[in-house]
Amino acid sequence: MAIAMRVRAGTGEIKILMTHPSENGLRKDAKTGQLVPAHFVKNVTVAVNGKTVMDGEWGGGVSKDPYLGFKVKGLKAGDKVAVNAEDNTGDKGSAEATAS
Amino acid sequence: MNSIRRHVLKAAGSAGLIGTAIAAGLLKPGQALAAWNSAGFNATKTDEALAAIGASGAAASADIQVKAPDIAENGAVVPVEIVTKLPNVESIAILGEKNVNPLIATYKLTDFDGSLSTRMKMGQTANVRAVVKAGGKFYTAAKEVKVTVGGCGG
Repeated sequence: MAIAMRVRAGTGEIKILMTHPSENGLRKDAKTGQLVPAHFVKNVTVAVNGKTVMDGEWGGGVSKDPYLGFKVKGLKAGDKVAVNAEDNTGDKGSAEATAS
Repeated sequence: MNSIRRHVLKAAGSAGLIGTAIAAGLLKPGQALAAWNSAGFNATKTDEALAAIGASGAAASADIQVKAPDIAENGAVVPVEIVTKLPNVESIAILGEKNVNPLIATYKLTDFDGSLSTRMKMGQTANVRAVVKAGGKFYTAAKEVKVTVGGCGG
């Protein structure tokens, strides 16, 4: 999966956008009438300079192309922020950004 | 028959190997597979989901704001922001109370600074509930969102 991340030192904001279908396994395909198999992001972690600040567990109720934004105290310009995600099929994605 | 037996033995053997590796400290369980609260995410009632995340006794709190639209035309994408002034926030959970599976997401947080936003699916008009664990206690607040077209399929 593709992940984009933006980090602002001034406000402490970390914004993450993923490209992912986030299928909850409950939706039927309009053409075939068959259930679309579950395919969603399960685990997401965000670390600042190697220290985990967010450890998330997600379900299929997160919207398609998941967005997460949150604020962290003490974020300084130059801090290295990393996000790692894994979905229910084992597919992984990651991104890094430097606070500015 | 023999080949089936061989496969079964092989499978049992590899499962045993992983178990041995965990016991020997070569593999930490957390590394083998990240934690995921299946009881919580598979729960079909809000009460069950709250129990599964240990938040059954969460106290209503005016220090949590659930910001979401009054009316969501598209239940597939409902923007939600949880804002709280509670100190020492340890985790946040978000639920859509009438969704087939109410629990949307949980977030363990360190150095949290009061705001978390995401976008969630809603099957029908319902409360969006936030549960915040702060200083070892659970607090909760909710906001009703009217949904015109549900976004959970089914």
